[in-house]
Amino acid sequence: MAVFVLIVVLLALSVVGYYMGRSRSVAVVDGQPSRLHSLPSYHGLYVALWCGLPAFVIVVAWLIFEPVIAQSMLMNNLPPKAETMGDDQLSLLVTDIKNLAQGNIVSGEVDPALQAAADSYAGVRDIGRIAMIVVGLAIAILGLVFGRKLIHGDLRARNQVERVLNIVMIIASTIAILTTIGIVLSLLFEALRFFARVPLTEFLFGLEWSPQTALRAEQVGSTGAFGAIPLFAGTLLITVIAMAVAAPIGLFSAIYMSEYAGPKVRSFAKPMLEILAGVPTVVYGFFAALTVAPFFRNAGESIGLSVSSESALAAGAVMGIMIIPFVSSLSDDVMNAVPQTLRDGAYALGATKSETIKQVIFPAALPGIVGGLLLAISRAIGETMIVVMAAGLAANLTANPLQAVTTVTVQIVTLLVGDQEFDSAKTLAAFALGLVLFIVTLSLNVVALNVVRKYREKYD
Amino acid sequence: MAAVEQLQSDAARDTKVRSRDVNVYYGEIHALKHVDLDIYANEVTSLIGPSGCGKSTYLRCLNRMNDVIDGCRVTGEIALDGDDIYDKSLDVVQLRARVGMVFQKPNPFPKSLFDNIAYGPRIHGLGTHKDELDEIVQSSLERAGLWNEVKDRLDKPGTGLSGGQQQRLCIARAIAVNPEVILMDEPCSALDPIATAKIEELIDELRTNFTIVIVTHSMQQAARVSQRTAFFHLGILVEVNETEQIFTNPSDERTQGYITGRFG
Repeated sequence: MAVFVLIVVLLALSVVGYYMGRSRSVAVVDGQPSRLHSLPSYHGLYVALWCGLPAFVIVVAWLIFEPVIAQSMLMNNLPPKAETMGDDQLSLLVTDIKNLAQGNIVSGEVDPALQAAADSYAGVRDIGRIAMIVVGLAIAILGLVFGRKLIHGDLRARNQVERVLNIVMIIASTIAILTTIGIVLSLLFEALRFFARVPLTEFLFGLEWSPQTALRAEQVGSTGAFGAIPLFAGTLLITVIAMAVAAPIGLFSAIYMSEYAGPKVRSFAKPMLEILAGVPTVVYGFFAALTVAPFFRNAGESIGLSVSSESALAAGAVMGIMIIPFVSSLSDDVMNAVPQTLRDGAYALGATKSETIKQVIFPAALPGIVGGLLLAISRAIGETMIVVMAAGLAANLTANPLQAVTTVTVQIVTLLVGDQEFDSAKTLAAFALGLVLFIVTLSLNVVALNVVRKYREKYD
Repeated sequence: MAAVEQLQSDAARDTKVRSRDVNVYYGEIHALKHVDLDIYANEVTSLIGPSGCGKSTYLRCLNRMNDVIDGCRVTGEIALDGDDIYDKSLDVVQLRARVGMVFQKPNPFPKSLFDNIAYGPRIHGLGTHKDELDEIVQSSLERAGLWNEVKDRLDKPGTGLSGGQQQRLCIARAIAVNPEVILMDEPCSALDPIATAKIEELIDELRTNFTIVIVTHSMQQAARVSQRTAFFHLGILVEVNETEQIFTNPSDERTQGYITGRFG
């Protein structure tokens, strides 16, 4: 709360700094802004940055380091009995002291030594917070005065403000990149812990997936088998079914939209198709599980086929519907980008519309279309909700689309749903699966984007 | 009418394309007004005039390329060898096999050189065997003066050639289906002077076998390559005559104004 108020005050001071800087800059040149190197508003921003930025940086640094310092002071100040404790007990004790200091519930009895430690910890935190506010405000005001003093007619305020903005933008993009790297690293390290227990070859080439491990030593039949082939096969099967639905429908609708449809139809039909992409996947999921799967089962029964009520076919078909817009929208865009002169060239040689599309436009747009298909595939591989609901959990190694199969994403969900211990092979397997999924979709995306870019270079 | 008088004096010439009272509307806009024009066989006819005067619109009527444009309407009569090309029974595909076209910007297909040339013959079923196609490709490239430059790389994409070569490739592609008339819509406007000179030379050679109609912005080009010149202004065919006559002694003062550079 105090931090929030402090930030608001700092912002307010910066606003004040902006107006002070602006009026000061006009004043130093005797009211003739044309003699300034930079516009008055840049001088205002210059002072505002001097006021707000150092103070903000200090406050952030304080918020990061102050708890660390307080904790180390607490560690030096522990009750004497802590000397003999193990690591686990020590960390429990520290947590207790912190909870006590904040007025939360603690584990066990509160003895006077604990109370004393908590009081001193609370005191340190209080002092720290007050010091932060004082220092922050002082630096803001100093910055305000200092920045205002620096203003003179030849000050290159614009260049300096723009340099600061540049740095801010670089930091923002770095944060995004670092987050990605962090995710990849955490996946990687957890996956390595998994591979320390289960050999990589067994994971990649094993034919049996049964991730239950024994909780008690005497339990039967739960030794765990981590062969991921059935999952890869299930993912592949569902992806193939999905693409078998999405590729023809998407491509034909794209060809219709870009070449045959009049502007009126197009302006209506294209957004309608794109609505498909806006339906939440969980809705597709229960559509697949409650409508499509029973329909396939009944249809199968009526012609004497036994169809599982959770089938790869149902999940794949619905997923195919979901990714139609990815295929159609992207293909439509690339075909529209094929220059009109190529169409004219073909027409002028006496080609009919369908010959022109088949032999000129489609080949010219092919790289872009392939890129769109690859993006759709990577979307299908990573899709979770539909398969969780409609594809089933049984890790069958089968190519029969009428049976239940399971996918990588489904297994990750089931491995991590509910209360789990996070150091068993079972939960760590989720990270290994996640890593595989990440590598596959990343490489598909890289290939797809490269293909699309190559195509773009050709016509822009 | 000047055009009619001209017609009588040129009775000996063979009329390839006969246009009478041709009007073109783009939606509400009346882009081409009552054009009567005869194009004679084995001659180069150039269409000149300021931008937006309707010369390209007229050109695109001759192979019905205006059909592709939404809201475009053509009235009047255009006859190729006496057959009305806007007749319902006429197949536009056959018309375009007889009337080829070369565009302002070279537009080779993103296919190999060979497939670019063979495209037209294939869709019209002219060459079914590989050797027949080979022969058509070679002779078309030779007639377009491109054979020696590209004979070793017929499997390379047509888009990899220089601008001038691409345009000659497009001309070769057009003559591969053996048309009777070739329409050229400012074929040199995207090319440098050397490539332009080559194309102009080519146009002059092609005249022996084809009837050529060329739209150009360059009056020097019209004077160099064409036997007859038609001057369009504001959708009206102002004057058509022997090229020499038009450039030395135009009968209409608008033509006079345009060729001397007073407007346009």
